[in-house]
Amino acid sequence: MTKGSQTLSATFAALADPTRLAILARLSRGPATVKELSAPFAMSGPAVSKHLRVLERTGLITRGREAQWRPCRLRAGPLKEVAEWAETYRRFWDASFQRLDGYLETLKTKERTHGREK
Amino acid sequence: MAEKNRVGVTTFLTPSDREIVSIRVVNAPRRLVWDAWTKSEHLQQWVLGPDGWTMPVCTVDLRPGGAWHYGYRHRDGQEMHMRGVFQHIEPPERLVRTESWGCDWPETLNTLVLTEEAGLTTMTCTVLFATKEARDKALGVGMREGWSKSYDRLDRALADRL
Repeated sequence: MTKGSQTLSATFAALADPTRLAILARLSRGPATVKELSAPFAMSGPAVSKHLRVLERTGLITRGREAQWRPCRLRAGPLKEVAEWAETYRRFWDASFQRLDGYLETLKTKERTHGREK
Repeated sequence: MAEKNRVGVTTFLTPSDREIVSIRVVNAPRRLVWDAWTKSEHLQQWVLGPDGWTMPVCTVDLRPGGAWHYGYRHRDGQEMHMRGVFQHIEPPERLVRTESWGCDWPETLNTLVLTEEAGLTTMTCTVLFATKEARDKALGVGMREGWSKSYDRLDRALADRL
């Protein structure tokens, strides 16, 4: 297994948690401290720090060395891989499903006009 | 979770690092949706992805072990093929088949489940990659296509998952 694919597996595991996704969404708008990241959650600072360690290990975020604040920043690399993969798949099916909505209407109209085929 | 799904909205989930699940509710009875997924004359009208593609080839041998093949052509001349083999067929509820998008795309096991309630049909499509390596190969395709817009998409992708 390549180093890249190991990263990817870890990335998926890290993304499987709603709290971590919310943290990443917040960081996509700019760096933040642990205190700022904890604010939206009914969760202690240490509990949030645990999630941050998972994200840091995966390389999804980096943390500054500045004293106790240690601001967290998003690292785009691993997320780009996931986003692109999901995006290709998503684009294809989203467009197809949209077309299906219209097509099913056509089929329903046809049935009403010609009666249901046995 | 079910009440979150509305007509016209696709929900994408990644329940594990080998799966992608997409859920979509359509305003039609299940038997009609089943036909739309299993008859070539219907498939050619909608399984077309982004604008610009048509599906001149569509063969569907709907039986366990039977092959299926969607052959696509883009208006710029590019071609693409999706193929696989049916594993399990249980009309009008459950369709299990393998799927491959050509040499750079790994084979996946795709399960479609249709449930009907009050005239609406919920389509739940689960794509299962056989191995992590296979899934990672799929990611390789995306990487070669270039990532320039990925960062913009990231916000949206995350927002949709929350």
